[in-house]
Order: sequence, then C-alpha cells, then structure tokens
Amino acid sequence: MTSITDAPQNPLPFHSARSRRTAGGRAIRWLRENLFASVTSSVISLLLIVLLGKALVSLMQWGYWNAIWTLPGDQTAACRSIRGLGACWAVIPEKYRFILFGTYPFDQQWRPALACLTFVALFFVSSRRSFWRKELVLVWAAALVLIGVLMWGGIFGLTYVSQDRWGGLPVTLILATFGLAFGFPLGIVVALGRRSKLPAIRSLCVLYVELIRGVPLISLLFMASVMFPLFMPDGVNIDKLLRAQIAFVLYAGAYLAEVIRGGLQAVPRGQHDAADALGLSYWKKNGLIILPQAIRHVIPPLVNTFIAFFKDTSLVLIIGIFDLLTTAKTSIIDPAWQPFSVEVYVFVALIYFAFCFAMSRYSRRLETQARPG
Amino acid sequence: MTTSTSEFPRRRRLRFSLGRQQIIDLFWQVVMVGIAVAIVAFLWSNALHNLSVRRISTGFAFLGREAGMPIADTWLAYSPKDPYIRAFIVGIVNTLRVAVIGIVLATVLGTLIGIARLSSNWLLSRLAAVYVEMLRDIPLLLQLLFWYVLMQGLPAARAAWRPIEGVFLSNRGLVLPSVPIAAANLWVIATLVAGLIATYVLRRRLTALQMADGKVRHLWPYALILLVGLPALVSLGLGASWTITMPELRGFNFVGGLTLAPEYFALLIALVTYTSAFIAEIVRSGIQAVPKGQWDAANALGLRRSFVLQRIVLPQALRVIIPPLTSQYLNLTKNSSLAVAVGYQDVVSIANTTLNQTGQAIEAIALIMMVFLTISLGISLFMNWYNARIALVER
Repeated sequence: MTSITDAPQNPLPFHSARSRRTAGGRAIRWLRENLFASVTSSVISLLLIVLLGKALVSLMQWGYWNAIWTLPGDQTAACRSIRGLGACWAVIPEKYRFILFGTYPFDQQWRPALACLTFVALFFVSSRRSFWRKELVLVWAAALVLIGVLMWGGIFGLTYVSQDRWGGLPVTLILATFGLAFGFPLGIVVALGRRSKLPAIRSLCVLYVELIRGVPLISLLFMASVMFPLFMPDGVNIDKLLRAQIAFVLYAGAYLAEVIRGGLQAVPRGQHDAADALGLSYWKKNGLIILPQAIRHVIPPLVNTFIAFFKDTSLVLIIGIFDLLTTAKTSIIDPAWQPFSVEVYVFVALIYFAFCFAMSRYSRRLETQARPG
Repeated sequence: MTTSTSEFPRRRRLRFSLGRQQIIDLFWQVVMVGIAVAIVAFLWSNALHNLSVRRISTGFAFLGREAGMPIADTWLAYSPKDPYIRAFIVGIVNTLRVAVIGIVLATVLGTLIGIARLSSNWLLSRLAAVYVEMLRDIPLLLQLLFWYVLMQGLPAARAAWRPIEGVFLSNRGLVLPSVPIAAANLWVIATLVAGLIATYVLRRRLTALQMADGKVRHLWPYALILLVGLPALVSLGLGASWTITMPELRGFNFVGGLTLAPEYFALLIALVTYTSAFIAEIVRSGIQAVPKGQWDAANALGLRRSFVLQRIVLPQALRVIIPPLTSQYLNLTKNSSLAVAVGYQDVVSIANTTLNQTGQAIEAIALIMMVFLTISLGISLFMNWYNARIALVER
C-alpha cells in the first residue's frame, strides 16, 4: 500500500506519538489510527473517499470502459460519437511514430529509437555511484559520438538524415543532455569566477548569471531564433536546432553556477588553507580538493535543476523546433484526429513524467543516503 | 593565487610599484574583460552591418508609431490605432494581472497542500503527495496546453455549465458576477487600503507600548473605525453603488459580470496548480525544520494548539520558507510568459508581435528583458525586506 509515494517522514509532531503505536499490523487498527483518529479526521476521510470514488469511477469510465482502443484507418466517426464520454486511445497507435520520432524517415526510425536507448543507458550508468570516476567522461564522449552517428548517419552504410528532419523524443533528449553536458563545465567556471578575488572577473560572472536568471527562458529562445542571425557575420548560417542548443547551454550554465556556488560556500575555509599550505596552484586546489567536496554537497539540488531543465526543453515549441511536445501538438493538426488532443497530451505527459519521476526518486534516494562525512 | 606564501609580509611600507601577484591578477582581469569587450564589439558591428543591409531601423522611435495590433483581453482602454508604447503598457498590465493573482492563489493553495501533506490523516497526506508529484514532473507548457484544450472542449455559451447561480463556465471562459467599478468605488477601496496600513502601524505601536509598560491595550475599536467606519462613510458620502450585476446570456454571448477569457483562465490555472506543488514542498519542509522540542516546550507550557502554530512554529518556519518562496514567485512571474503559447497577450506576446511587424528584434527583446528585470527586482526587494523583518534577531 505504501508503494505509490512514501509517507511523510515526520508528520506534525503532535500526532507522531499517536502514530508510533501502530506497530501491530491489524487492518482495523490501522484504519482507526490513520483515517478515523478523530472526528475531524473521520469527516475528512469520508469526504475524500466519496470524492475520490466518484473521480475514479468517472476517470475509469472515460479512460477504460467507454474508451476505443483501435480504429480502422482514419475512420474516426466512432470516436467522435463518444467524445466526452470515452477516450479515443486509437489516436496513439495511429500517431505514436510521429510523436516519438517526428518526420525522421519512416523506415529508418530504428536509429532514433536506438539513440534514445543509448541516452537512457547513459543516464543509468551516470547515476551509479560506482561509475563516478574519470572514465565516465570517456563513456559520455563515446555515447554522444554513437548518438551522432545514429542520428546523422552518412557512414557505415547509414543514409544521411539532415537535422531538420529530426524530431520527437530524440530532440528533447539531445537538447537536455547536450545542454547539461556543456552547461555543467560552464557553470563550474562561472561559479568559481563568482567567488574569485579579482573584481573584474567576479562582476563579469555576476552580470552573466543575473542577466540570464532575470529574464524568462522564452526571451532567450526568441533571441536565439531571431536575434542570433543578426549578430553573425555574413555567410555564417547556424542551424536553428544548434542555436536553440546554444541558448540552452547558456541558460543551464547560469542556473547550475548558482547551485555549484552554494556547494562552494559549504566547503570549510580550512580546506582552502590546507591546499594553500601544500603549495597547490589555483586550478589544482579547486580541481582536486574544493570542487569534489562542493559538488558532493549539492548533488540533490543539482538533480532538481536537471529535472527543471528537462521540463524546460519543451519551451522550444514556441520557436518551432520539433521536440516531443511540438510533435505531439502537430500530430493532432490532422483534421480527422483533431478532437482527441487530450489523449495525445496524456500520452506525452506520461513520457515526461517517467523521466522526471525517475530523476526525482533518484534525488530523494541520494538525500536519504549517508551524508558526506 | 597563492598569496602570502611566496612573499614575506612587508609591513607598513608604502609601495608605488605593484607586486608580482598583483601584476598577474591585473593581467588576467585585463585579458578577460578584453575578451568580453571584443566579443560584444564583434557581435555589435555584425548587427549594425546586418541591420543596415536589411534596412531595419534602430532605436526606440517605433514606440510612437501606430501599433495596428488587436489585443483581445485588456483591462486598459486600447484600440489598434494606439501607438506601440500603449500596446506594451497593456501587455505589462496583462503580465502583472496574471502574475499577481497567480502568486496570491498559488501561495494559498500551496500552503494548504503543504499542511495537508503533514496531516495525520493517511488518505489526505497521500493525496497531497500524489498531487505534488504529478504536477512537478510534467512540463508546465504541456499542462498549460492541456488546460487550454479542456477549456476549448467546454460547451458553448448557450449550454454553459452553471455550478452556482450567476457563474457560467463555457468555451468563452469563466463568467462571474461582479460589481461595476466607478470612481467612487475606487475611492472606497483606497480608503480601505489606507485603513489597513494605518491599522498595521497602530498595532505595532500598541504592541511596543504594551512591551514598555505591560498594560493591555485593545486594537479592535480602532480597527473597527479604520476598516469599517471610514470606508462606509466615504461610500455614503460619494454615493458609491455596490449592487452586484449578474451575467446574463443574450444571444451567443454574456452581458454583464466579469469575464475571464479562456486563455487567461487556462494560464492562471496552469500557473497556480504548478507553482502550488512547489510551494507545498517548501511549506512542508519549513514546518518540518522547526525542531520538535519547540512543540514539546509549548505543550509543556499548556498553550493552545492554534496559538502554538501561530506564534511559535509558523514564525520559525517562515524563516526557512521565505527565501525559496521568493524564487518560486520569480519563477511564476517568468513562467507567465508562456502565455504566448495559448495566445494570451502578455508583454512577451506583444513584444513578439512587434518584432514580427517591425523587425526590430533587439529593441523588442531588450524591452522584455527590462520589464522582467524590473519585476524580478521588485519582488526580490519586497521579499528581502520581509525576510529581514522576520529574521531571527540574535542578542
């Protein structure tokens, strides 16, 4: 029963004495203690049970009992007749290839699928504590090259697919992963710069961080899509996806810098003094002694920043880049399927949820694990 | 960087030449600033060149020209014949309208859910946890599109839902009964606000006096005069009318009442529910951060539970809550710019249209940045002031 989410670890202290007695596992006792402990609690419980029951029944009616799962071709008349009463899940098998991979050549779509799996494997490997060593950088480099080969092709007998045909989940994962992979070192440098003793460097870093954090991400994306070409010399034409990617790197760099700065502040002064006493240079001192401790302090907030960043990649919809959300929105432009956008949004929401939920679980597990000593 | 280890300290000697370390420091700073200036200069000269090639004018002169853009949902009087500057002001008001109301509603909802998560009632706390987890892990833009699609799927005005008498929910948005706001009403509201401030100042004075001599002084007679008496007098004196107008369906649309357009309503719901999930977590961790001994000590003194929560636990929890809450308020304000995705015309959406009409991208984006930096600074200053007020005074 406790598998959905974990119980609040420390409820209001007034009740903890009462809940401590629930060692015995009898159901009635459990109910009395947790749902009907007092008159107010009982009223709330009954009210919630009634409301929840009603909501669940109507949700099941819409999403399961009245739902239509398959349809022949574009014959959506059956779906239209039950609109509002039941879901038309038939839209998902019809459109899922487009939602996941956009306009990537249909017979080649195993390639982006494989690229997505590579991403997932990469995330999984990076999350294991036993893999946190220098070789991880090489694994990342290899994986990113592999993904590039899979997506572009052009060698090993793979046909070349240009960037403007990419779409869907791989684009979301590329924007998020490359944004973090380049934003992270940038964030480290800026965080160090913000704590530098040199006033000019410090103010440059402060200016960068505050400017980026002070404005909405959309205005940065507008800048990347509209203003960026104006700032380039003649003849230089950078692809739209790459421009958005640069905006994301700058955005991630500013937010990660603030998180890392928090970690740097948590490193005791004595560590600096000890490193100085050993006669280490600035970069050795920070690279070997300060940063490893600082980053270990802030791993949970870093993962939270990653989650926020992953969700924020969906904003490229506004500048017309085909990420997962844009392909979902585009897939229902088709007049035959237009009324069934709710179903498509639910499908895409589940994909985003799976990624973010996995990350947030992971972050919570790290937090409950032993503190760095 | 290894200061003081390589050199012997030279005490009290006036030096007019720079030491070795200082020269290195100066060198790096000059190099970094030089690189930054060079990059900016390079981009700027490119921009000037490109703008002249494309015959795009520069400067803010366009603000005075006729905008010619329709804005559907405004609180200020506006017509497409008005200049761009007017359109921008309308956009800023629209941004503030959704941000301020969103912040208030998200704070209330988030606090309730944060307390619900700590409830001893298993079902309530679990539901609150599911709410938080679900909303936090789905992109806001997706939620916004979802709400907007649901709004559009509502029945037409003629078959509108009527949950309560006078409230209509249809694909035209939410229509509520309202009070027509005339100049007299505004004066009454202004009196009420002044009364609130005066009551607050008076309360501090009375508390300070009580601290000094220990005599109990009652606030309520003054509060009654300031908050009820004076506004009522002003209302009678100016003859303000407070009759509530009920919206009515005439033909295909509603007449009277206050209409929240579907775009605005969807944006408000999405922002409030999304941000409330984050605020709930902040409130929960804030209350949990108050040591259990504080509850025990208060219990030992025999204080009432509501008093303990109000006077002992919440003031301490607030110190933990306020800084992350500030950044959530800033996030909500910045996220309100997603309005452009559903066609609610906030300042970003209007700047975007301006950009498309005039081609003056740099000016349009500079205006967005200026507006948001100002709003962010305003919220930060206010919250920092509040934070300093409630901060622990160490003796």
